[in-house]
Order: sequence, then structure tokens, then C-alpha cells
Amino acid sequence: MRVAVLLKAVPDLVEELVLDEESGSLQYDEMSYVPSEWDDQALEEALILKEESGAQVTAIAVSTGDVDTMLFTALAKGADHVVKITGDFDASMSNWQQARVLSDYVREQDFDMVLSGVQAIDDVDGQIPGLVAGFLNWPHASVVTEVRMGGNSKILLRQEYSGGLVAEIEVESPVVIGVQAARKPPRYASVAKVRQVAKSVAIEEVSAGAPAGPAFADIQFVRPVAAGRAEMIEGDVDAVADRIVQILADHNLLRRA
Amino acid sequence: MQKAKAIELEIAVVDGVELNGTWNRMFEPRVISEYDLSVLEEITNIPGAESLGYCYQCGKCTAVCPVDSVGDYSPRKIFRRTQLGISLLDSPDLWLCTTCRNCLRVCPKEVNMIDIMPAVREQAVLEGKAPAELLTAFENTARYGNPIGESARKRADWTKTAGVPVPVMSQKKAPVDVLWFVECYPAYHPRGKEASAALARILAALGVDFGILGTEEKCAGDSQRMAGERGLFEMLAEHNIKMLSKYRFNEIVVTDPHAYNPFLHEYPKLGGEWPVRHYTQFLAEKLAGVNFVKGIKKRITFHDPCYLGRHNGEYEAPRSLLRALPDVELVEMGHCRETSYCCGGGGGGMWLDGFTRDYASERLSERRVKEAVEYGAEILAVSCPYEVPRFEDAVKSTGHDGQIQVMDIVELMAYCMGLNEGLAIS
Repeated sequence: MRVAVLLKAVPDLVEELVLDEESGSLQYDEMSYVPSEWDDQALEEALILKEESGAQVTAIAVSTGDVDTMLFTALAKGADHVVKITGDFDASMSNWQQARVLSDYVREQDFDMVLSGVQAIDDVDGQIPGLVAGFLNWPHASVVTEVRMGGNSKILLRQEYSGGLVAEIEVESPVVIGVQAARKPPRYASVAKVRQVAKSVAIEEVSAGAPAGPAFADIQFVRPVAAGRAEMIEGDVDAVADRIVQILADHNLLRRA
Repeated sequence: MQKAKAIELEIAVVDGVELNGTWNRMFEPRVISEYDLSVLEEITNIPGAESLGYCYQCGKCTAVCPVDSVGDYSPRKIFRRTQLGISLLDSPDLWLCTTCRNCLRVCPKEVNMIDIMPAVREQAVLEGKAPAELLTAFENTARYGNPIGESARKRADWTKTAGVPVPVMSQKKAPVDVLWFVECYPAYHPRGKEASAALARILAALGVDFGILGTEEKCAGDSQRMAGERGLFEMLAEHNIKMLSKYRFNEIVVTDPHAYNPFLHEYPKLGGEWPVRHYTQFLAEKLAGVNFVKGIKKRITFHDPCYLGRHNGEYEAPRSLLRALPDVELVEMGHCRETSYCCGGGGGGMWLDGFTRDYASERLSERRVKEAVEYGAEILAVSCPYEVPRFEDAVKSTGHDGQIQVMDIVELMAYCMGLNEGLAIS
């Protein structure tokens, strides 16, 4: 079983998003990037699968910036192989373009399964796994919380539905899976191990051309405008309690005996 | 450090007579050897953890271990449990030690928890056995250069509130006398920032020619090292050494005893050797030139930080600053100087409060605040940035809010110099 895990870096929200207010555009070069946390979950699930069934795990990232540390970390955690797809790419590269480049690579390889984070903070409608599956013309399962090998080389998935429902489904390879959460929290790779890996293992670099196809036209990025502010209730305990009762009464949330 | 007790020697020379201690040792296998020692050996085979095997269970450490006073833990107990086959790697005991060094002070066998803990923890981290909240602190430090997870770009933002210019070396482009290594909690924690602003105003008032690294500074990393992330420590140390090497200065002054310790003992091993002083040592020497304009009519007690006191032997400098403050009545708690209690923040404890809660009847900081109250102190003075938040929380959680205040020595000093009008001493 060969498993590909798609990793990407997203803007770090601990740092401020850098916005040019006049042109209404994000300053991609001036922002910091972190690995997408859902992709971390996908990698963890792949590594669990490796421990259970001996899968071979390859982590793949498009070089939209510095993705080396992310790939070395994947190796330190237990991935067997890492691939960086290079080209004339930068951090403003759209998810559609990334999915195109990733699927072009995956198609040429002999993967049985592709795992990716179900979504990312720059992609809250879950574009990557769906688009990759579409480009590959492979089946796709989304919002998955468990991936296991079943009998007869079938793959068993757990999928989350609304209202707390969980489905168990059986699929055949090849398949693209959008992972919502791994069965366990993502493991920690110690810095010493990451650094040791960085010195001893090379990242496979694969070059790719710029994908042609439709692209979004960004019209404008704007900061949210505050519609109202929270009320800080001041005073002693009685005054605060009275005010809370008043607010509840105003909203008709009090039931009087 | 002065040992409290004599060390057991194999051969001693007394008045020119060589006394061989071999006869006093083990003649024949004792009961101890009948245990299956494989689990103990697994631990003592880890480089750095060898001395756990030296323990002969005298129990001196148990009497002084701050963690044992709120729970069921001491180096002796660790040895005994490991000897009986409970691996330290899997035991919660591994994460309870704050590396306060009080056990080593009294241990006749030199069982050195300061070496054992980081070594065994490193192994546990590699095996994925470290508590999640500690790993979060590690990840934050690796990503942002501080364990709190604050923006690396905002590391020097506190300087805006200082009220005096705080030169950043990359902009100053000139040598300085003092390179002030600020550290994380003084740069980001709200109460830490207040102390940093106070120290900046004191340095300016004393005409000290100083500068900070600003956003080029990262966590010194010593607590992460003690908590088992040596690789992270090395990465941070290499970065800081590289940044410091860009500039010319005569000495480093640190706010944090947890930076003082590695600058003294660890950074030189990695090629970063500079004269370093804790800010209390630096200011104590300048006391003659300080103009105090008002006093504090309060009973003040001082908590010795483990990494300034027991680890590095400095007890006088902070006290000389406190004694110099007009009108102050300085009282010592029972646990003071070499026997000082621990705030619980060292050795990674700062990031393990959630974990520790299940194994302790109360926090060490709570125990300490109760002691300060017992001695009638109205102000608990500290000189380590871990301590203000820890003790302030403990003041509230033990129900002593309004009874005792927690202040960094620089806040009090700046107040008496007329440089800290905002400080509300109640």
C-alpha cells in the first residue's frame, strides 16, 4: 500500500495578515507560514496506517515558499519519503493550481491512496482533496476520521456526518481522502531528530510547469468591520448579577416561576 | 555550591594517612541485588542518568524536596520505584521534578536530578511519552522563539510602554556597554512587560549604555533543555549566539535566571562566551549612584529563584537591593537562601500545571504564598519572570487577594526612584 500525503503551508494567524488597505490585496511575501493543521492530521493518520499495515508513506508539498522544514518534520515523524514539487510558484498560488500540480505528480506515481487535510484556513470549503480526486478521476471521501485496511485489500473509512452520526464505509483503491482528524493527536518530532534528518536525508525535488486553467480574480480583501462590541459589566457582585438578569429579561430568556 | 554534607569518598587522605573506604562497602551481595534490576539499568544506561543508580535510600532528599511536600515524589522514591520495576520513562514522576536542585544539595551520593531529568525526559520525548501541554510549549518555542506562542515579530513591542528609549541593536548600529537579554515572559507576559519597562527606566536613569536584540532574540531555551528538548535548546542557543556575535558589547545582563544559567554554563560549550550578570547583580553594584526619592512602608519577603540561588549561588544581590529601599522591612521566610522553596515553574514546570494538578495536593506556588503570608509579608518580592504570574495566581487561588502583593524587585526599585508612578502598592 503506497500512501501519498499532501501537505501545504498556510498563513500563520499568530502573526498579523498583511493587507495593503489601498489596493485591497494580501501581501503574501510579508506573511509567515505554518503547516496546515488538517494536513498534520492527515499525516498522522497515514503514519498510524503505516504502523498497523506497513503502508509506505510519501509526503508531498508544492514549493510555494519554504516547505523544507515541513517535509523534514514529516520524515522525522516517520514518513518514508518526501517530495517537493518545484516551479515558478509562490505563496499566492491558488488551491486549484496546487491541486493540479499535485495530481499531475500523483498520476505518474503508483499510489494507492492520497490523504490530505479536509480543509485549510485559506480554503475553508475543502478544495484540495476534492479537486485532486477530480483531476485524477479517482473516488473521493471527505470528513474522514479513521482510515484502516480491511479484508480483500479494501479500505475502511469512518466518516463524520452532522448530528453526531458516523458512517463506516468501504472503498477500493485508488482513492483520495480528506481527513478531518486522525485517531490520535499528531505526534511530536523532536528538534534534534528533525535536524538530524535534514542533514542525512535529501528531499526529492520534482519540477513542474505552471498549470494553465481558471483562476480566481481577487477583487478585494478587507478587514472585518466591528458591528458591535461586547459589554463589560462593571460593579460589585450584586450589580453584575442585576445587570445579567436585566439582559436575560430584555431578550426574553427568563422563565419566571 | 557549598555542600551541606560531606561526600562519600572511596579513598580519603587524612593527616597524610590514606584511608581506604573499600572495607566499609559491600562484602557480599545484599538483598538489593536480588531484584530484577533490568528496569533500573535501562534508566541508568541513558547517558546523564547514571547517578540514579548511586542512591542508597537515605531519604535526605525526601525531606527537602518541594514536590514531596505537596505529593508523593522524591528522588529516593523514584529510585525505589525504578528498582522495583516501574520505568521512569512511563511514570508521571518523570514530569514532576522542577529541577530546583534542593535534593542535590543534601545528597551524600551525588544523585544528580539536574542531569538525570533532562536525559530521561529526552528519551521519553523521543518515544512520544511527554505530556501534550509540554509539547505545545516546545512547538511554540520552535516556531515563534517563545513558549507562549506569541508573535515573534512582536517581541520588542513592550518597549513602546517603557517611556524611555530602549535601543534595539540592529537599529543602533553602535557598540554598547550592556547587552540586555530580555527573555520571553519579560517580553510578552503583561506583568513581565511591566517589570521590563521598570528596568528600562532604571537603566536610563542610571545612564547605562544598553541595547536589546529585539526580534533577533529568541528564548534562551534552558527550561526546554531541562524538560527534555535538548535539540530545541541547541537550535535556540545557536541562533542567539549568532545574533549576539553580530554586535559589540562589554557584558550581557539578563532578566531571567533561566537565561543566566545557560549563559554561564551551556552557551560557552556552544561557542557563546560572554561575561553575564543577572540584573540584580548588575544593579546591586550600582546602588551607590541610585537616588531614592520615596520609600515603601511595608513588610517584604523575598523568594530566592532556584536558578539564581541554589543553581548559581547568588543570594546577596537581590537582598541588597531590597535592603536599600527606604522604609522597607525585609523579613526572611523559613525556607530561604539555600533552603528556599520552589515556585514550581522550573524544569518545564511552567508548562505542566495541568499535568501536575493530578499528582499534587496544591501548587508549589500556593504553598510558597501561604508561607509568605505566615511570615506577615505584605509584599512577596521576586527576581525571576516565571514567578510574578505563578505567585499572583497562587495569591488568588489561596484566597489571599488583597492581603499580599507580588512584585518584581525592579518594580519596587523603580517605584522608590520615582520612576514607577503606575505601581499600585496597596
